[in-house]
Amino acid sequence: MTTVTNGVNVQALLDAREVLKGAPEAAQFTWRATSTWRDGVHSTTTVKDFFGLGEEHSHKAESVFEADHPAVFAAEDNGITPIEYLLVGLAGCLTAGVAAVAQNRGIQLRSVSSTVEGRHDIRGILGADSDVRNGFNDIKVSFTIDADASREEIEALVAQSQKRSAVFDALTNPTDVTVEVA
Amino acid sequence: MVGAGHAGLAAGHFLGARGIDHLVLERGEVGNSWRRERWDSLRLLTPNWLSRLPGHRYQGPDPDGYMTAGEVADFIGAFATASQASVRTGVTVTSVRREGTGYRVRTDQGEIQARTVVIASGACNIPTVPAVGGTLPDSIRELTPFDYTGPDGLPDGGVLVVGASATGVQLAGEIRRSGRPVVLSVGEHVRLPRVYRGRDVLWWMDASGVWDQRHDEVDDLERARRLPSPQLAGTSGRVAVDLNTLIDQGVEPVGRFAAVRDGRALFSGGLRNVCSLADLKMNRLLATFDTWALTAGPDIDDKPEAPEPTRVPASPRLQLDLRGGEIRTVIWATGFQPDYHWLDVPVLDGKGRLRHDGGVVQDSPGLYALGLPVLRRRKSTFIHGAEDDAREVVEHLSGYLVAR
Repeated sequence: MTTVTNGVNVQALLDAREVLKGAPEAAQFTWRATSTWRDGVHSTTTVKDFFGLGEEHSHKAESVFEADHPAVFAAEDNGITPIEYLLVGLAGCLTAGVAAVAQNRGIQLRSVSSTVEGRHDIRGILGADSDVRNGFNDIKVSFTIDADASREEIEALVAQSQKRSAVFDALTNPTDVTVEVA
Repeated sequence: MVGAGHAGLAAGHFLGARGIDHLVLERGEVGNSWRRERWDSLRLLTPNWLSRLPGHRYQGPDPDGYMTAGEVADFIGAFATASQASVRTGVTVTSVRREGTGYRVRTDQGEIQARTVVIASGACNIPTVPAVGGTLPDSIRELTPFDYTGPDGLPDGGVLVVGASATGVQLAGEIRRSGRPVVLSVGEHVRLPRVYRGRDVLWWMDASGVWDQRHDEVDDLERARRLPSPQLAGTSGRVAVDLNTLIDQGVEPVGRFAAVRDGRALFSGGLRNVCSLADLKMNRLLATFDTWALTAGPDIDDKPEAPEPTRVPASPRLQLDLRGGEIRTVIWATGFQPDYHWLDVPVLDGKGRLRHDGGVVQDSPGLYALGLPVLRRRKSTFIHGAEDDAREVVEHLSGYLVAR
């Protein structure tokens, strides 16, 4: 195989897969975010620590995310709306998947970009029509990929990336969510 | 041998040919599961000409047809008679445990001491049902393929078939033809045309050598062994039973069955991707056939074909009210698994699967298996796949007996 450098350490991932096959307890991760209300519908959420491989970890740096609503929602627009963060997560996850799968399949990528659109009927969240759901009606992701591969191979990369995507799964399948008052 | 299906009998045949004293034990009659654990309309996926066992092949008038389950049982029965296997029917094995250098086999009719044991009891003894099975609202009748005989046995009203492999697509089509509304829940699946370039797709699998790929040559053996059965049916018209055909019949595809919440079935929003994966994979397989035909295959008049991509509905339903009366029956066509409850030898992995290397159970010398998915080759679970596997496993077994 020629040397393909998409910058993904696939060997480390394959090694981890082998190790974790026999150690399911080490594979249990907990991701965390901490959020504080600012004012109005503006909140600040920080992400730094997580648990995995049996111990606590920290990201190199804390990340801070402002969530608000735009002026058309009569808000201050101090940050993107919470539902837009889902698009950020989906794009990040699928793009990472494309790179990793390409690396594993020996496909050199030159550029990968995508546009993610979530269609949203806001009558749901406004309570204007009880038949309309609160969340997205649907989401459409469109990838533009330049790589040393046929169109079919590129389509297969994108399909495999969805198959192994945490965020794709979280959005397409129900998740048990508990919200409590501490 | 535990089990007198095609695999156990093929092993018996080769043992008999080597003059090795053996017994094929069968809880029912020869080919029992074909007689008792199949729905009425089921036909074999492989064409008759391909149904062959050591020294035994289809001799009837319709080589391109597909046997009914009863005909398969008869075919296997005729092989049992013609072969050199010693078969004892009506004997249920209740326990196999190691004792000394061999095995103590306990049955409902006494005990047998064996130096070696071949597990040939099948890959599909128990229908696999997801955890939610059995917890649906009382108004819903839940069935597995073992409970299903035909549409006439179902309550009137809608049917949700969960699973779109061979079983699920066949049942969905048949039940739809009975006039009932059918919703088909589709997870990852294997799509195949029934006929490609004028020939049965399984002719291509056989002739091109894809089916002969060995277990130690397969990239990801674990995945190959988990591969669902292909969307095929053995019908006289050799029609496809893929999602497009079912959609044309009026079957409504939805995503993978994800959960039940407040009496509603929730389906994955990932239907489009599982269809893309299946289409891409099918096209890659057909391209390998084309390449083989160009380089090594016979002259084939029909040109390469591109099956129509799966027509995924624009907005597949994400939920279905199970209490609303639309659906009266749910059929779990979600796979099958072997039953090893009688095997008192610690050779199963955490998921209850037998640990073996090409049918040789290395953790327990003298213990062997046949008839499991990709046991030694991609064709291992098919009837014609038994011959090569059984010959090699018996060769190993015979070497083991000599060495001791």
